[in-house]
Amino acid sequence: MEKVLMKGNEAIGEAAVQAGCRFFFGYPITPQTELPEYMARRLPEVGGCFLQAESEIGAINMVYGAASCGERVMTSSSGPGISLKQEGISYLAGAELPCVIVNIMRGGPGLGNIGAAQADYLQAVKGGGHGDYRLLVLAPASVQELYDLTITAFDLADTYRNPVMILGDGILGQMMEPVVFRPAAEIKKPAGEKEWAVTGRKGGRPARLISSLHIVPENLEKHVNKLMEKYRRIEEKEKRWEEYHTADAEVLLVAYGTSARIAKGAVDRLRREGLAVGLFRPITLWPFPAAELAAVAENCRQVLVVEMSAGQMVEDVRLALGGKLPVHFYGRTGGMLPDLNYLVQLVRELIKGGGGGE
Amino acid sequence: MSKGFRRPKLYTGKPMHYCPGCTHGIIHRLIAEVIEELGVEEKTIGVGSVGCSVFIYEYLDLDFIQAAHGRASAVATGVKRARPDTLVFTYQGDGDLAAIGTAEIVHCAVRGEKITVFFINNAIYGMTGGQMAPTTIAGQKTTTTPFGRDVTTAGYPIRMTEMLATQEGTAYAARVSVHDPRHVLAAKKAVRRAFLTQQQGLGFSIVEFLSACPTNWGMPPRDALKWLAENMIPTFPLGEIKKPEGVE
Repeated sequence: MEKVLMKGNEAIGEAAVQAGCRFFFGYPITPQTELPEYMARRLPEVGGCFLQAESEIGAINMVYGAASCGERVMTSSSGPGISLKQEGISYLAGAELPCVIVNIMRGGPGLGNIGAAQADYLQAVKGGGHGDYRLLVLAPASVQELYDLTITAFDLADTYRNPVMILGDGILGQMMEPVVFRPAAEIKKPAGEKEWAVTGRKGGRPARLISSLHIVPENLEKHVNKLMEKYRRIEEKEKRWEEYHTADAEVLLVAYGTSARIAKGAVDRLRREGLAVGLFRPITLWPFPAAELAAVAENCRQVLVVEMSAGQMVEDVRLALGGKLPVHFYGRTGGMLPDLNYLVQLVRELIKGGGGGE
Repeated sequence: MSKGFRRPKLYTGKPMHYCPGCTHGIIHRLIAEVIEELGVEEKTIGVGSVGCSVFIYEYLDLDFIQAAHGRASAVATGVKRARPDTLVFTYQGDGDLAAIGTAEIVHCAVRGEKITVFFINNAIYGMTGGQMAPTTIAGQKTTTTPFGRDVTTAGYPIRMTEMLATQEGTAYAARVSVHDPRHVLAAKKAVRRAFLTQQQGLGFSIVEFLSACPTNWGMPPRDALKWLAENMIPTFPLGEIKKPEGVE
């Protein structure tokens, strides 16, 4: 297949278009702006609609409107803008509306900076907005994966009637890599009108309602229980992860996204030195592949979590491993990157130390 | 055509929860009657908001979306862009549209979104129990302006419809009242013109209704209607501020 050299942000946009997304509502913020820019020129070519909203709040509510009509729809932003979208995301999850939300993470908290970071992990996987809900959260680690997982995201959103978040970072969004497109025939798209979508009461059918309001407590509890049942099904079926040299690993690195690329580099170097090091890379951050990680870690002696944050995913890793083996953490944050040489040296020392404390 | 008084066909028959003397019921009826008269019930999508009218979808037999507080016009934008052939309206109170949703409504008008906004101005937050609204008039007592709205500290009542009418994207803007039958009939004409403006693709349309809230104003229904006429209309003058040619 022919390869196309693309910027990460643009690969997301092209994948969305190929997946049948015809509506994009966004607002500029670095380092994701190439995505709305791509959609602004690409969507009119396929009869779609790009709209630059007055704010991220406006954009996410436009997503709510278009998703209510049953359309495949996307919005994107970065940290500060994603925080503004949280209200809308909670409503989307409550009303069970499918859509894809992209967060190309930058340094935080507050205005932070425009460097690449992974410090929105907890916001993405633990809720972010108010109430009992979950997003499916996908963590690509290459431009090809940004393309592939964007298509997957639309499928998952429709399958489960749930918002899906693509959690990338400024490096993934900005860098260029070759991408191979899927043949159009292999990309699933919803056939016909969704049976719950508001369209006007065509043909005099009974009225439909899109709402997250359940004023009677018994009814809201029932609704939340129904969501929880859906989330359990998602946890059973949709976990994705990659294992790299894990079979005989003494030290297991755990990392996602850009951090996982750096960790993979460390594994390669240490393997050349004859050291038994492997990488476990979660691709779905929610559902988190906890049991799968625990199974891989069974024969390891130590775990080292590498993140571009002050330590967020490490909480889920510790929960998954239940204190059975030491879990160390190496993170750089604020737009700084984990240093390959430092990481390699750190693992050498862990192996030399044999698996004592932190 | 029968001139007899009857329920609009679009009423679901569910008893409304509104307080005695509340004018939401009158406004619901006007919207239902016009949709029925235009014969567009199978292509209309309503967007409800947060406030006393949050259950409008229980009363009008139409496809509805329940929007977050203040965001109805952004939700309606998404709907209209996705389904340009439908008739889309929002139903929003003064706290919803003129406070928390100011950015959304202004930019909806600026873009000339082909939707119709019904803006219910009763000068108070009804559902939360009578707090100051952006449209509370000077000197009006509310639970958060217990000594009367002091404009030097709490600001002036906002005139949204005039402001929105200044935007090129706004094609139709009117303020009406429902405190007596003569005004109710004029209000219905405005609802019709707003919908026709949208149907003809001319741009954004808004009808602001001066509406009574006897419960939170602390007065009997009849006094509330009188209070509305004497106190709200001087602050919020009635009339069509903008009307496109060819819409009757």
